[in-house]
Amino acid sequence: MFEVISNEVLAENLHKMVLSAPRVARARKPGQFVMVRLDRGEERIPLTISDADPAAGTITLFIQAIGASTRKIVATKAGGSIRDLAGPLGKETRITNWGRVACVGGGVGTAVLFPLVKALAEAGNRITTIIGGRSSSLIILADELTPLSDTLIVTTEDGTLGIKGFVTSPLGDLLADPERVPQAVFAVGPVPMMKAVAEMTRKQRIETIVSLNPIMIDGTGMCGGCRVRIGSETRFACVDGPEFDAHLVDFDLLSDRLSIYRKEETAAHPLAECRIAGGIT
Amino acid sequence: MSNTLSVKERMSIERVAMPELPADLRSRNFEEVNLGLSHGQAVQEARRCLQCKNRGCVAGCPVGVSIPEFIDALASEELPRSAQILRRDNALPAVCGRVCPQETQCEALCVRGIKGEPVAIGYLERYVADWAMSHPELLQGDQAPAATGKSVVVVGSGPAGLTAAGELARLGHAVTIFEALHDTGGVLRYGIPEFRLPKDIIDREVALLTEQGVVIECNVIVGKTVTIAELRSDFDAIFIANGAGLPVMLNIPGENLKGVYAANEFLTRVNLMDAGRRDDSSTPIIKRREMAVIGGGNTAMDCVRTARRLGAERAMILYRRSEAEMPARVEEIKHAREEGVEFVMLTAPAAILGTADGWVSALRCLKMELGSPDESGRRRPQAIEGSEFELPAGVVIDAIGTGANPLLTSTAHDLFLNKSGNILIGSEEESNIPGVFAGGDIVRGGSTVILAMGDGKRAAAAIDKYLKRK
Ligand SMILES: Cc1cc2nc3c(=O)[nH]c(=O)nc-3n(C[C@H](O)[C@H](O)[C@H](O)COP(=O)(O)OP(=O)(O)OC[C@H]3O[C@@H](n4cnc5c(N)ncnc54)[C@H](O)[C@@H]3O)c2cc1C
Ligand SMILES: Cc1cc2nc3c(=O)[nH]c(=O)nc-3n(C[C@H](O)[C@H](O)[C@H](O)COP(=O)(O)OP(=O)(O)OC[C@H]3O[C@@H](n4cnc5c(N)ncnc54)[C@H](O)[C@@H]3O)c2cc1C
Ligand code: SF4
Ligand code: SF4
Ligand code: FES
Repeated sequence: MFEVISNEVLAENLHKMVLSAPRVARARKPGQFVMVRLDRGEERIPLTISDADPAAGTITLFIQAIGASTRKIVATKAGGSIRDLAGPLGKETRITNWGRVACVGGGVGTAVLFPLVKALAEAGNRITTIIGGRSSSLIILADELTPLSDTLIVTTEDGTLGIKGFVTSPLGDLLADPERVPQAVFAVGPVPMMKAVAEMTRKQRIETIVSLNPIMIDGTGMCGGCRVRIGSETRFACVDGPEFDAHLVDFDLLSDRLSIYRKEETAAHPLAECRIAGGIT
Repeated sequence: MSNTLSVKERMSIERVAMPELPADLRSRNFEEVNLGLSHGQAVQEARRCLQCKNRGCVAGCPVGVSIPEFIDALASEELPRSAQILRRDNALPAVCGRVCPQETQCEALCVRGIKGEPVAIGYLERYVADWAMSHPELLQGDQAPAATGKSVVVVGSGPAGLTAAGELARLGHAVTIFEALHDTGGVLRYGIPEFRLPKDIIDREVALLTEQGVVIECNVIVGKTVTIAELRSDFDAIFIANGAGLPVMLNIPGENLKGVYAANEFLTRVNLMDAGRRDDSSTPIIKRREMAVIGGGNTAMDCVRTARRLGAERAMILYRRSEAEMPARVEEIKHAREEGVEFVMLTAPAAILGTADGWVSALRCLKMELGSPDESGRRRPQAIEGSEFELPAGVVIDAIGTGANPLLTSTAHDLFLNKSGNILIGSEEESNIPGVFAGGDIVRGGSTVILAMGDGKRAAAAIDKYLKRK
């Protein structure tokens, strides 16, 4: 049992949850995730460890409730508990001092991005962070990211905050400016966003790293369900990733495989359907 | 009383038939197929045993169960004694009686098999073990051992880990098991389906261990949550039994189409996560009219029989050799056939074909013929030119095998491995690192439950010796 220490609503369907998991808190590195299973009969859900406090023995998760399982998880109040939590899983982010780095986050991808920005800043990188969402209420972690970034740019599709449009337009400006062009780009968000970023940086051969979110079961390399295509190879995202060289990722296959259970999930939980559009898929 | 029968009388008894659920009924549910012998049937079968002096059967059992002795006690209807003999040699008899490939082990060397049918040793083992489970009050409990003050950590709760933990606890050591998944049992739980091995058998075995004081912690992934280096400083000895859980991919075009599963994922969804098996499970699974399984071992049989139970009208086995070469247990093949599974033999998949929107639609296959024997002595399958054909399938399951999962070993750089990634051990199950022992599938590659248990038992003895020396 893993105790829920706190559970805050940050935005619609977006929760910040602090859990007691001392061993995970001690072992975790930026870029890693945990598998969470609320109770008997429930799914195993991969969630990024956004932050950890080894001394307090706690980890922080940002959870977007997009389907039945994530909704049940975020419904657990402080003082309650999660039955199973295993990790840290996946490879840690390769952090070096590139110099100038652009970090791009879309939707809940910003939560996955947050620990990377923190580690990159600690390694001395100068960071332009670009975060986006459909509307101002869906912009998360802006306050936390500001002190870590040289510049923080916000975009919203409806123009309610920052630049109106997608994260890709300020990134385009950056790439076009020889003074500001980054040596590396990190992008986490919906698959179409990561794909667009990869296409933008390909021509200039800027090292670009994305964090992939395929469906996972065990998270330990045992089932093969999370397989992704990287270059000409099939890789297991849970052990070989979740971060990969964006220029080698087959994004179409990833989004296709993410849709495998869409019919089943929406049949079981009709409510989920309208949320998928805003989800991390 | 059993001694009063003459050899002639014993020889005249026919081998018992295992009562089973009717095939049409069971191929639509997950209930155990073999119902177990009645008391009368078990005693009668036990009396077929000739109590041989040279005990061929015992030589055939990888852990040398005292077969004639436990059978003799059963024939005399002394069940507590029979159970005690069995338990002394075999930590998980209720499991082995159900899943051992008896026809190539104990029963293969039973003299009664020379002319006629061998004694049904597996059925009898299961009978006695099940009896013992439901009559704990009639069995003499082990005396609580004096604590030695030494601590051992066991990595993995499959048959190797569970066996080692039980033996070590009996010797008075403080034992902790770390298991990566959220539940115990390893392949016994996530691999072998309920219709062959009911989950409550594993639950009861695990409960016995906790009663003996073994501490079991799930959700601890050694190599990730804790490292081998940390375990070496926290415990006096380590037994690594993390199995061979790495799917071997087919490496043919189309293997990433929607509806293609590795056997481990398919079985884990159904067995561990209850997909398609319980209405209240949140884990989904794809079901289609035509489901094809590639492979010929126990895993393939388990997948195809599960596919049938999920509702497949055509549940098919594709195997590149002929039925005689299939490594699966004979009983599994027989049961599968009775349940309506189709066997497409001498056939190899060349590609998986898909629809425009990325779902599996068919397998492109090649017909094979058997050529000259290879190094394993089995005749090598060769493709027949121009024999290509398409087999419609909406789900394809890859059950060609598993390898050593590098998650743990890749974080323990000083551990010696062979080129397949299996841990190398010496004669005493000890790895190159003193105090670190290993056994089961991580050492052998995919093998059997009984061999994994045998390793657990030998490792426990070796660890005990090591701790006394230390
Ligand atoms: C390594 C990794 C890290 C992640 N980190 C976070 C995180 O920090 N915060 C967060 O909110 N989410 C994160 N996710 C995504 C999260 O795991 C999914 O949102 C969750 O599994 C959906 O489960 P559900 O039952 O609530 O929704 P479902 O009802 O299962 O799904 C709703 C829809 O999402 C699709 N879907 C199923 N599984 C996934 C998946 N793994 N990713 C995306 N879509 C999926 C379904 O096909 C369906 O269409 C991460 C995923 C991965 C692989
Ligand atoms: C589908 C299937 C059917 C089979 N049918 C039969 C049969 O009928 N008869 C037969 O004799 N054999 C059968 N086998 C083979 C048999 O099940 C295995 O040989 C046996 O289970 C091996 O036991 P083990 O203890 O070595 O490993 P496993 O049973 O694989 O157990 C290993 C355990 O370690 C855990 N683990 C892995 N990594 C870590 C880590 N880093 N930290 C902590 N824990 C970890 C795993 O989650 C697992 O619980 C079958 C195998 C399969 C897959
Ligand atoms: S453990 Fe297996 S091989 Fe040994 S006697 Fe029992 S059924 Fe036969
Ligand atoms: S070989 Fe067969 S008949 Fe002889 S003791 Fe063993 S089980 Fe009995
Ligand atoms: S989630 Fe099972 S192998 Fe990655």
